[in-house]
Amino acid sequence: MAQTLLRLEDLHTQFFTGRGVVKAVDGVSLHIDVGETLGIVGESGCGKTITALSVLRLVPEPGKIVSGKIEFRGQDVTKMDDEEIRDFRGNDVAMIFQDPMTSLNPVTKVGFQIEEAMTAHNRFSSSAAKSRVIELLKRVRVPAAESRVKDYPHQFSGGMRQRAMIAMGLANEPSLLIADEPTTALDVTVQAQIIQLMKQLNRELGTAMMLITHNMALVASLCQRVVVMYAGRVVEEGPVEQIFTSPQHPYTWSLLRSVPRVDEARKDRLVSIRGLPPDLVNPPPGCKFHPRCPFVIDRCRVEPEPPLEQVATNQVARCWVLMSNVKEEDIAAAKTSALSLDAAKILKQDLAVAPVDEVPSNAGN
Amino acid sequence: MATAIGIAQPVDWDVPEQTGLWKDAWIRFRRNRLAVAGLVVVIILVVMAFGARLPGTPGGLWKILHLAGDPFTQDVTNTYALPSLQHPMGTDILGRDLMARVFYGASISLTIGIVVQFLILFIGGSIGMAAGYFGGWIDNLLMRFTDIMFAFPDLLLVLVFVAAFGPSFWSIFIALGLVYWTNLARLVRGQVLSIKEKEYVEAAIMTGTSPLKLIWKHLVPNSLGPVIVTLTFGIPAAIFTEAALSFLGIGIRPPEPSWGVMIEDGYAGIFADPLQVIFPAIAVAFTMLSFTFIGDGLRDALDPRMKR
Amino acid sequence: MAVTAGAPLRRGVLPFIAWRPKGRTATLAVYIVRRLLWMIPVLFFVIVITFFLMHQAPGGPWDREGRQLSPAVVNNLNIKYGLDKPEWQQFLLYVWGAAHFDFGDSLQSPGQHVSTLLLESWPYTFTLGAATFLLLVPIGVGLGVIAALRQNSWADYTALGMATVFASTPNFVVGILLIIVFAIGLNKLTGGNFYLPTGGLPEPYNPFQVQLLMPVFTLGALPTAYIARLTRASTLETLRQDFVRTAWAKGLKGRLVVTRHVLKNSLIPVVTALGPTFAFLITGSFIVETLFSIPGIGRSFVTSIESRDYTMILGTTLLFAVLIALVNLVVDVLYVFIDPRVRLSD
Repeated sequence: MAQTLLRLEDLHTQFFTGRGVVKAVDGVSLHIDVGETLGIVGESGCGKTITALSVLRLVPEPGKIVSGKIEFRGQDVTKMDDEEIRDFRGNDVAMIFQDPMTSLNPVTKVGFQIEEAMTAHNRFSSSAAKSRVIELLKRVRVPAAESRVKDYPHQFSGGMRQRAMIAMGLANEPSLLIADEPTTALDVTVQAQIIQLMKQLNRELGTAMMLITHNMALVASLCQRVVVMYAGRVVEEGPVEQIFTSPQHPYTWSLLRSVPRVDEARKDRLVSIRGLPPDLVNPPPGCKFHPRCPFVIDRCRVEPEPPLEQVATNQVARCWVLMSNVKEEDIAAAKTSALSLDAAKILKQDLAVAPVDEVPSNAGN
Repeated sequence: MATAIGIAQPVDWDVPEQTGLWKDAWIRFRRNRLAVAGLVVVIILVVMAFGARLPGTPGGLWKILHLAGDPFTQDVTNTYALPSLQHPMGTDILGRDLMARVFYGASISLTIGIVVQFLILFIGGSIGMAAGYFGGWIDNLLMRFTDIMFAFPDLLLVLVFVAAFGPSFWSIFIALGLVYWTNLARLVRGQVLSIKEKEYVEAAIMTGTSPLKLIWKHLVPNSLGPVIVTLTFGIPAAIFTEAALSFLGIGIRPPEPSWGVMIEDGYAGIFADPLQVIFPAIAVAFTMLSFTFIGDGLRDALDPRMKR
Repeated sequence: MAVTAGAPLRRGVLPFIAWRPKGRTATLAVYIVRRLLWMIPVLFFVIVITFFLMHQAPGGPWDREGRQLSPAVVNNLNIKYGLDKPEWQQFLLYVWGAAHFDFGDSLQSPGQHVSTLLLESWPYTFTLGAATFLLLVPIGVGLGVIAALRQNSWADYTALGMATVFASTPNFVVGILLIIVFAIGLNKLTGGNFYLPTGGLPEPYNPFQVQLLMPVFTLGALPTAYIARLTRASTLETLRQDFVRTAWAKGLKGRLVVTRHVLKNSLIPVVTALGPTFAFLITGSFIVETLFSIPGIGRSFVTSIESRDYTMILGTTLLFAVLIALVNLVVDVLYVFIDPRVRLSD
């Protein structure tokens, strides 16, 4: 049994807005083992980024961690004082953000921004930190690293900036690297390079990774285990192969159906999830996914939300129905009835405000 | 690429009611208490000013209603009177009723402040549109000219203009228009340039639509918001400049009771009776502040980037 | 992003100006030279506009209230100062003189050079302006930063409320209220023992004197409030930026996050606002010097307008235009140093 590195227990992070309390993270429990790669997937607004920010206690105003435990190597992050949390950030757990174009300070040299990540902590002396900057940039394959350290962010391309961000994240050899949509803002070719790089770093340095993404392909290529989130809750969790081959929660199933797959070319139609993620101030009663679920039964609407239950070895799901119980013809019917174009039309009627392209955007890469 | 999974693209699940742009702006404006307070003050000022100049009422409506005296009638037996029921703000060095004069002054300040904006809109709008539309050497010439105007401190240029045209209401009016158009010209030029770059405009021009008509059609709705905001902030600037000119003795001349003239008069006798200068001074400051609040409110209401 | 303030020359105006060398220092040097050269046509047009407007003005330099000069005397004076010549000749003569730094004699103070008179009043205006500038930048920036860092606290509300009121209160109103409270009011309250002086000759080049207290406050209240509001808005905006979150995520100390990441970015727009602030101080000096009877350039400009002292008006306008152009140039060059994204080419 691997050693647990980070454990979230019943984490609640809420935003206190004028409209009411937004329950962005609503009782999330998960764990990452040492050296493990965990993917957290879900649509935008499902609380995955806020979960990650909660780990570093960087939830923006008016958000607050309301209750729950964040245990890192047995120490509760929520109870750390200012100095402890400061030394924890970037040292034990580092984070890479979505948009490399805006995540670097435009008026400070890239090299210095990486160096600063080290001098903030005591792991390296200031002279060691200086020479390590070039080493780090070389490790993330920034060409001509020696001269690039003196450049400003605007002199870097998007891919180079994300490499610099990764170098910054790795600077203190953290045990956990949280990557929030690390490739979303990049070109497809650059995406592949960055994924390759992260894979290699995980292998070579044994850094555990928490990868936050909506990109199922990225999860498949990089992660060992995956957590699916919906409306601030974990709805399914399990090893990657298992989740991909036999998803049990209809939401996971729909997520996977909505991604084009090269190996299945044309055999299956793409399915899109109709409707929008629920309002987190007033979530629907019962299972929060039921208004959008193609396999909804009465129980989902009436009874309280189902618990997370073991559905297979190492796999848990939060559903009354479970995909293994759905008949083949129902699945086929769901595939035809909920196919993207129809759903797009329904959505258009539902929401005159938000126009949807005629061609559904199901290209999650 | 890289959109959310499925069609569920818009994640802004706080879907607002579909309201018109202006209705929406008005709702946002109303939420800004200071802006609403500013608007109320301005409306009161307009009523005060209108009453003081109401045609067919010698001495103004307020005198007829016995709410204030006559701004021009002197009473040498009652100079520097303290505020009383008969003269709520007291009287000045010549025994004229101060409140009547402050009301009358409001008409000058408001007229200058607001009406000048139309002149500014005309001058700045035409220059900006010509520069943006024609581009090339015309743009270059007009923008260099704008740069030269920027080389002057604005009050200095107004002083020179007013000196050249002679001290009168109209010369101040024209001078303000001739000096303060630069910001608006730059704004409009920028808007025209950005519209010109839009692909649908290029496409429409290629299909033979008149470019001028097309740009006008897109320019008006796109730049109305920023133009209104710029002009609203121009009002306190114009009111200030008029008062400053009159205070320096170069603007409107006595006995016409502009606030600036009253401040100049009152300042001369400040040691004898400080009250005289306080009322017009506070009137100027209050009016400017009110317009600034309205401008702030309009900017927040009309600028979608500030949308909360 | 190119420097927009001021007036970069467009391609093809003069071939040798369009020549562009390599290297940052050389680029900067060429940029400065180009901007200095661009000042020549600007100043020429400043003369054109001011000259013809002034000669347009009703009345002339020899009109006196009360006693009128006899036509013969006026004629002699006109001949002496060249005002008998056609306007275009006068104009060319003035431009020729100005090109040789000869700005003529004042028409109101016979025998006195305009430059001499300006030099005489310069110390007062400079002292007033410098003292105000030295106070307004740290106070305005400080208040703005504190308000932004403690957003929605009482400190923020106080600073923002004061800044909003002062940013739209005309300086003569501020000055008058100060005089009423601190000169007249204190004088009465203390029986004439303690009050602030309302005017008189301040000592030149000494920013620390009680004489300057009220004038400096009067002149500086509005620009300080403006800078404070600008700093607050810009700092709040920067605090929301992704790179600030990156800085926190690195585990930097709060002080370093604020100084290295927030302020280094949020003060850039404040620096660019210093140009307009300077111009504002110049026009403010007209009013403040009149209000507090300070014999500086601003006050003498107002009197020379009233008395149609053409040469003084032109000289003062030119001086102000040069000062403003130079300050804008300094600000733009400063901008290049604090924002690495700025390129000097157009």
